[in-house]
Amino acid sequence: MTTPRTTRPLRRIPLGRGAVAVAAGCSLAALTACSAIGGASADDESSAAGTVTLVTHESFGLSEGLLEQFEDETGLSVEIVQQADAGALVNQLVLTKDAPLGDLVYGIDNAFASRALDEGVVVPADVTAPAAADAAAYAVPGDDDGALTAVDLGDVCLNIDTTWFAAQGVPEPTTLDSLLDPAYRDLLVVPDPVTSSPGLAFLLATVGAFGEDGWVDYWAGLRDNGLQVADGWSEAYYTDFTAGGGDGPRPVVLSYASSPPFTVPEGGDEPTTRALLDTCFRQVEYAGVLAGAANPEGAAQLLDFLLSDDVQADIPGSMYMYPVSSSVDLPDEWARWAPLSDAPFEVSSTDITEHREQWLTTWSDTVIG
Amino acid sequence: MPISAQATADRPAPGAVGGAPVGGRGPVPGGRAWGAWSGRLGWAVAVAVPVAFLTVFFVWPVLEIVGRGFVVDGRLDLSGFGEVFARPRTWRVVGQTLAQAAVGTVGALVLGLPGAYLLHRCRFRGRGALRAFVTVPFVLPTVVVGVAFRSLLVDGGLLGGLGLDGTFAAIVLALVFFNYAVVVRTVGGLWERLDPRAEQAARALGASHWRVLRTVTLPALGPAIASAASLVFLFCATAFGTVLVLGGRRYGTVETEIWIQTTQFLDLRAAAVLSVVQLVVVVGALAVAGRARARTERALPLGGPEAAHPVRLRDPLDAVAVVVTAVTVLGLLAAPLVNLVVRSLRTPDGWGLDNYAALAVPQDTLAVSAWHAAGTSVRTAVDATLLALLVGGLVALVVSRRPRRTSARRAVAGLDALFMLPLGVSAVTVGFGFLVSMDSPLGLPIDLRTSGVLVAVAQAVVAVPLVVRTVLPVLRAVDPRQREVAATLGAAPGRVLRTVDLAVALRALGLALGFAFAASLGEFGATSFLARPQDPTLPVVIFRLLGRPGAENYGAALAASVLLAVLTSVIVAVCERLRRPGIGGAW
Repeated sequence: MTTPRTTRPLRRIPLGRGAVAVAAGCSLAALTACSAIGGASADDESSAAGTVTLVTHESFGLSEGLLEQFEDETGLSVEIVQQADAGALVNQLVLTKDAPLGDLVYGIDNAFASRALDEGVVVPADVTAPAAADAAAYAVPGDDDGALTAVDLGDVCLNIDTTWFAAQGVPEPTTLDSLLDPAYRDLLVVPDPVTSSPGLAFLLATVGAFGEDGWVDYWAGLRDNGLQVADGWSEAYYTDFTAGGGDGPRPVVLSYASSPPFTVPEGGDEPTTRALLDTCFRQVEYAGVLAGAANPEGAAQLLDFLLSDDVQADIPGSMYMYPVSSSVDLPDEWARWAPLSDAPFEVSSTDITEHREQWLTTWSDTVIG
Repeated sequence: MPISAQATADRPAPGAVGGAPVGGRGPVPGGRAWGAWSGRLGWAVAVAVPVAFLTVFFVWPVLEIVGRGFVVDGRLDLSGFGEVFARPRTWRVVGQTLAQAAVGTVGALVLGLPGAYLLHRCRFRGRGALRAFVTVPFVLPTVVVGVAFRSLLVDGGLLGGLGLDGTFAAIVLALVFFNYAVVVRTVGGLWERLDPRAEQAARALGASHWRVLRTVTLPALGPAIASAASLVFLFCATAFGTVLVLGGRRYGTVETEIWIQTTQFLDLRAAAVLSVVQLVVVVGALAVAGRARARTERALPLGGPEAAHPVRLRDPLDAVAVVVTAVTVLGLLAAPLVNLVVRSLRTPDGWGLDNYAALAVPQDTLAVSAWHAAGTSVRTAVDATLLALLVGGLVALVVSRRPRRTSARRAVAGLDALFMLPLGVSAVTVGFGFLVSMDSPLGLPIDLRTSGVLVAVAQAVVAVPLVVRTVLPVLRAVDPRQREVAATLGAAPGRVLRTVDLAVALRALGLALGFAFAASLGEFGATSFLARPQDPTLPVVIFRLLGRPGAENYGAALAASVLLAVLTSVIVAVCERLRRPGIGGAW
């Protein structure tokens, strides 16, 4: 079988083809006028007192104008570098110890604090803000020089959909133990502690509650009672939880003590969810000046700023955490609907660093199989 | 048509008939040494630029981070291999990686080939829109795919009754959802250039539709199918978020394991061993695909009369393509996307556009509005696309040559495989590699790690193989004798390139452009592990919104996802328009 060729003599390749190529090239070139690379250099003008770079996670954010206020007062210009994954933040800092990504880190939590200290990624700084005294109450044991300064804290707790329990006529669970009750079969969803930092916090809560010897059995019990494990907090809260907005099937989810105020319905005055304050683990978020920082003075100034009343008062609204400072007021809704736990479960930072990998492996073997 | 007559009789087997020598110079008239030299120099640059790019922005960072896993206190330590292979889990994840990638690839091919036929070989109203639509899943961030898919599959969801949530089947469906467009675009690009007269002749000689498909069409499409299969396999084998969100760690793959070892445990030794395992799997897959491609690759009669025909439902081929594509598009692609749109329209008190209105103002404390972020996304994507077109275009051009010398042929094949690697190497490895290598690249005093430039570069590294795989099948189908003839007729090497290769390559340009843009907008690969400058892109905004409680944030995240989907479809559709002038040209 033969195939007719379709090759045409060269001269018949129309000039128009070249014109198309040129036109395409030109329009691409025109696009570069608004390209990111082309625009990036414009931002590089540093201010008189220099630049200070804050390395943080994706949840960082402050109300508009706050950082600008800091820049105006100090003459520094602030650059922010954000990492997608909060858990990976410390590991990235360890890897880049010799050439740090910036001057100040914010967002190291107590689950990773001792790794950061052991690896020497942060160095002590002079903090002069009045809230420093409050922050000292949350200092990492062993960090006597104050390389890490607590900035805010929060409780990771189970949240329940109170509307669901009322409608089903099922009494609300209150403690970790109650979730082993067959009445609560197939009702709980938690994020995977290996892939999610609140998930890890909840695993730590159970370690704190049941001890080295008891927590594995507790999880085996949860597993047998129909526990669902989601990949991350977003999946658990928005897809699996009944009251997260996504209409999922499960009325008990792992979230924060600060989550309920966000479920006050439009026009209503009470949230549809409640945090179980006897199931909490306390997360403390720290900031520290990076070892080898190009601008350690600027970093210290920025750290002071994070502890200032203005920022501390802004933290609940912008980052959903509680300020360490005792001199600022919580938003009304928080005071009413989002109290912290009186007795959160605790595990020491040293213990966490020492056992984290082993706990996570055991947890995986028990729950995931 | 004096030239075409002699090239008619049969198709040259790959490499068997003397192709252009490497460098593609036709017979150079004697005494024009300068021409030969400048030609050689040109080809040297064409090889050097892409290789330099890949070395600096891929090979070096990867070696740097993997090296840290194998070098302890200045000494090479390979004991990690024994340890990692002693874990039963390692073998399980390798098996699961292969199984998921294989089943996902087969699924994408089975559903994608009829789609490629319908969308590139048939004409019907709304074809352009449908082509753009099927690209949307390709760019959706995993968190969004998670929402779109899982909220359908969970108990009480619309498809909850199927019991698919958290199963192997759910992962595979999501992988096919994601990769469908890859098959349609890669295969469709060649299919629509295929001269229909070979098939028509076979039909006229009495062969059935199926026989023609089996003996004429599919063999001719072999290289494109192999290309598509290798792309999809690599995407599936390195799928990370999709697997974790839909299946959880029970279905962990080599990729998810590398992620855990690196980001959670900082066990670089285990991560390095797993990276090597991944490399072996990927190189193996590429070798198989390369062999399949080489077996089927040949100069093809491209062009000819307008190949696309109006859909004829009485034609069994068309009928099957219509049914399969309708079921796939409606059932697999549209269902989750419609779910997404519907959810984005839900407001605290009913239905409305509130979530979309919210996109215009900075949400919460994100500092920028979603619209602003969309602008940032597009700007970054422009950079990444230009870079990818330049590098990928040069690679495709070089690799499209079939040099006579075996060693040179091997070198070309090696170059081809090398540029596929970014799709097959873990994004975590590359991302963390950037962190440890880009603080002063090549000794220059610029910290690229915290600059937006690296984001575009990282996206380009992933987009290059897509450009190569789209342009290459079309370029390779050019009969080398056409170039020789052009040269014999006195065309200088530059003119041959321009009038033969470039003319053909331009046809695939729209597809490649759209593909690269989509890959960049979707933020694949190492991008997610880079330090972000303050100005976030749209997928990052979506990610951040979904990380905060509150119905408003959830709604805004969904609306922003729809915005990303619409943005992608529009850009892809516009890119496809770019090649319009080529159709119905003199070819």
